[in-house]
Amino acid sequence: MANMMITVNEESHRIDVAPDTPLLWVLRDTLGLTGTKYGCGMGLCGACTVHLGGEARRSCQTPVGSIGAKKITTIEGLSHDRSHPVQRAWIAEQVPQCGYCQSGQIMQAAALLARTPRPTREQIDEAMNGNICRCATYQRIRRAVARVAGENA
Amino acid sequence: MIPQSQVSRREFLKTSANGSVALILGFYLPARGSGQNIPDGQVFRPNAWIRITRDNQVTLLTEIPEMGQGPRTVDTMILADELEADWSTIRVEQAPVIPETYKNLKTGGSGGTGTAWDYMRMVGAQAREMLLTAAAQQWGVDKKDCRAENSTVVHGPSGRRFRYGELVAAASKLPAPKAENTLLKSTAEFRFIGKSMPRVDVPSKVDGSGVFGIDVRVPGMLFSVIARCPHFGGKLQSYDATAAKAVPGVHAVFPIAPLGFLPKVERNINTAGGIAVVADSTWSAMQGRKALKISWDKGPNASETTAAISKQLKEQVAAPPSFVAVNQGDALKALQENVKRVDAFYELPFQAHATMEPMNTTVHVREDGIEVWSPTQIGAGLQEEIALLSGLPAKQVTVHMTLCGGSFGRRYQWDFPAEAWQVAKEMKQPVQLLWTREDDMQHDFYRQYSYHHLSGCLDAQNNIAAWSHRAVSTPIRAVFDSPETLKNPKHVASQELGGADVVPYAVSNFRLDYSPVHSAVPRAWWRSVETSFNAFATECFVDELAYAAGRDPYEFRMNLLREDRKLPWIMWPDDPHPLETRRFRAVLQMAAEKSGWGTPLPAGQGRGIACCCSFRSYIAHVAEVSVEKDGTVHVRRVASAVDCGTAVNPDGVRAMTEGAINYALTPVLSGEITIKDGGVEQGNFDGYQVLRMSDAPDVEVHIVPSDGDPGGMGETGVPPLAPAVANAVFAATGKRLRRLPIDPASLAATPPASS
Repeated sequence: MANMMITVNEESHRIDVAPDTPLLWVLRDTLGLTGTKYGCGMGLCGACTVHLGGEARRSCQTPVGSIGAKKITTIEGLSHDRSHPVQRAWIAEQVPQCGYCQSGQIMQAAALLARTPRPTREQIDEAMNGNICRCATYQRIRRAVARVAGENA
Repeated sequence: MIPQSQVSRREFLKTSANGSVALILGFYLPARGSGQNIPDGQVFRPNAWIRITRDNQVTLLTEIPEMGQGPRTVDTMILADELEADWSTIRVEQAPVIPETYKNLKTGGSGGTGTAWDYMRMVGAQAREMLLTAAAQQWGVDKKDCRAENSTVVHGPSGRRFRYGELVAAASKLPAPKAENTLLKSTAEFRFIGKSMPRVDVPSKVDGSGVFGIDVRVPGMLFSVIARCPHFGGKLQSYDATAAKAVPGVHAVFPIAPLGFLPKVERNINTAGGIAVVADSTWSAMQGRKALKISWDKGPNASETTAAISKQLKEQVAAPPSFVAVNQGDALKALQENVKRVDAFYELPFQAHATMEPMNTTVHVREDGIEVWSPTQIGAGLQEEIALLSGLPAKQVTVHMTLCGGSFGRRYQWDFPAEAWQVAKEMKQPVQLLWTREDDMQHDFYRQYSYHHLSGCLDAQNNIAAWSHRAVSTPIRAVFDSPETLKNPKHVASQELGGADVVPYAVSNFRLDYSPVHSAVPRAWWRSVETSFNAFATECFVDELAYAAGRDPYEFRMNLLREDRKLPWIMWPDDPHPLETRRFRAVLQMAAEKSGWGTPLPAGQGRGIACCCSFRSYIAHVAEVSVEKDGTVHVRRVASAVDCGTAVNPDGVRAMTEGAINYALTPVLSGEITIKDGGVEQGNFDGYQVLRMSDAPDVEVHIVPSDGDPGGMGETGVPPLAPAVANAVFAATGKRLRRLPIDPASLAATPPASS
């Protein structure tokens, strides 16, 4: 066990866990931020995607001890009122069905759009391909990302 | 088709004819239900589903579990429409698990919307009538001159108005009107039904606030995982927990027994048993499990492999059948007499549900009762189960139904809540049992493995003179039922032949028979159940017959459907909704039109068509594929047409169909569960490769105008997708796909050099 500080959604937390604990379980079990989901534990499904220093990261593959001072943003911190353009697009396109993977999808899409404000369809598919949705809302995810891209035009 | 979970007409009238029952039921609303602190006269509770407070807040309780298929929205639309509620003031809650009051706390067979349609309109209408009566009495006017709109009662002649909140006290004193005296709205009067309304659960699914089973957090809770035997039917031989107990955060390590057949409920729970590790975090529990040293007795099924099951299925297809489901005319004789005979064999392996949220349940066993939080699709069944296992009366088992992260049939099972209870009863604190992805993939209840021999022949006019279908599968019922019940071959076949038991096309002689094959691999209801594989066999085979006849596959189908016929389901003769050829023609025609059927495509591309009726809805898909030289298949586009009766929420119908098309593509393109040493070889999404965005086609869903009772839509889009793709691949390459998932090598332009 080790004492360390992490910054999640602009808030500092002192935690006492083994440094090799994946960030996912620190978020969910230690901090109670359950919006970030467990899907595979191997970085294969993207359900656990968060932002680390602004980049999309699989929190199940990120040992908490490796984070240092980098800022962590989870779905809970993307906006306080569902007003992030990606969240608004997700609502407008009525993307979620079961919704379980959507935190990860939204965080992945937000990171893509931050770096590439007007992605092509190929770029969308490539960036989102690591995020599995078993309800298979892929067509709506594509439309929602394209909608934000259109707003960025 | 599995039986629809619907309130029977008789049961419905029995409940609603006695209005006072509904009012009394209001008191059964448990303390945890919101509004419990509101004193009498402040809240109008006409029945167990509706609460209106003085501030005009309308709270609706919906029963059907939300697994992504949208029942909270659909049920809200149905209720709010008859109630004439102001959409912006509605709050939706999951109804508590009180089965005496709420009889539809489960869903299966895509029956959710049909079930709600049967009773939610009535309870909404009864409440509306009570509010109208209350207003008319207050004004001293004729009720006929009053109308309800947008949570307001308006007196037409005078224009006077009462908001619903102002009528709470007066309406609460009125008896509920009898069902037979309550008029339901006509189609023209619907305000929400038939319009695409925004899903009520979407806001909580874009900000991480929605609570799934895995998100349940209760004070003092612990987290657990179980190490299970990787061989079906195997058992624990010995274990050493020394290292596991030394993992920081681990509280307890103990064995739990497998649970099998429970005579009391005539049902097999099918848990593997194993070693439970309980810790103060999920990660510690996982690390503890990793540190366990376990010896498993592989048990009696350790030699089972996919190859061995496949071999058995192929042997059985040629052996005498155990059950003849249909024998109209003499198909076997006709097959001998006609010249143009076609034979084809189709093989479809096991598939996993692979819901995004793995199985989990949280249980707190206390002295005064048991509390359960579960992502289940059978709320009442779960309560019954835990009561049965614990010996407590059901009233002492409180079940909370959480959001479900997908289900596709998986959450109909009793296994994971039973295990969670087994773990929690050893602890004083609440415990969440989580299945890792590997647990979920290796201890699923898979889609049956099936094999089909279709034989058919054409007469001189290219009509189908004979159609013979021998189906062989690892049947579902054998997983759950008593040996006594399974002595009946029809019962064994009862969930294997749906979709094959009625051929909508004009066929002079029709035979369908069946044989089961034993397997230790657990099977159960996978999205669209047996219709998924039977439609593959039958709709591919019709395509083969069309080509044998030298006809366009769309024209061939339409010609054989040209007469209006109503055909009863053979396996479910009591189903009041026979299959109608008219509705088949409508979806085929629309799908063909919208897809540009018949227009030319570049070389290497092709279109395929297929249709199916399941769960009382009709659907046709046209798939457009391109096949690369190395045999890789890309599904580029799917145009779909659906007739589901009244489309309560059209955007929901489209969403379900888009999802079903994508879901059905996994078993076509890449998904297969294979068996070795009596266990599943795949453990995660690297082994079981599910559809990802880059392989998701463009999808367009068209709704055929239709009315009447709504059919199911959760599963209907699945069955015709695989045959539409296979038929498109044939159009592109001239090669038939008779085993899925596709082996690209079999489609390569030049077979690859053997290595």
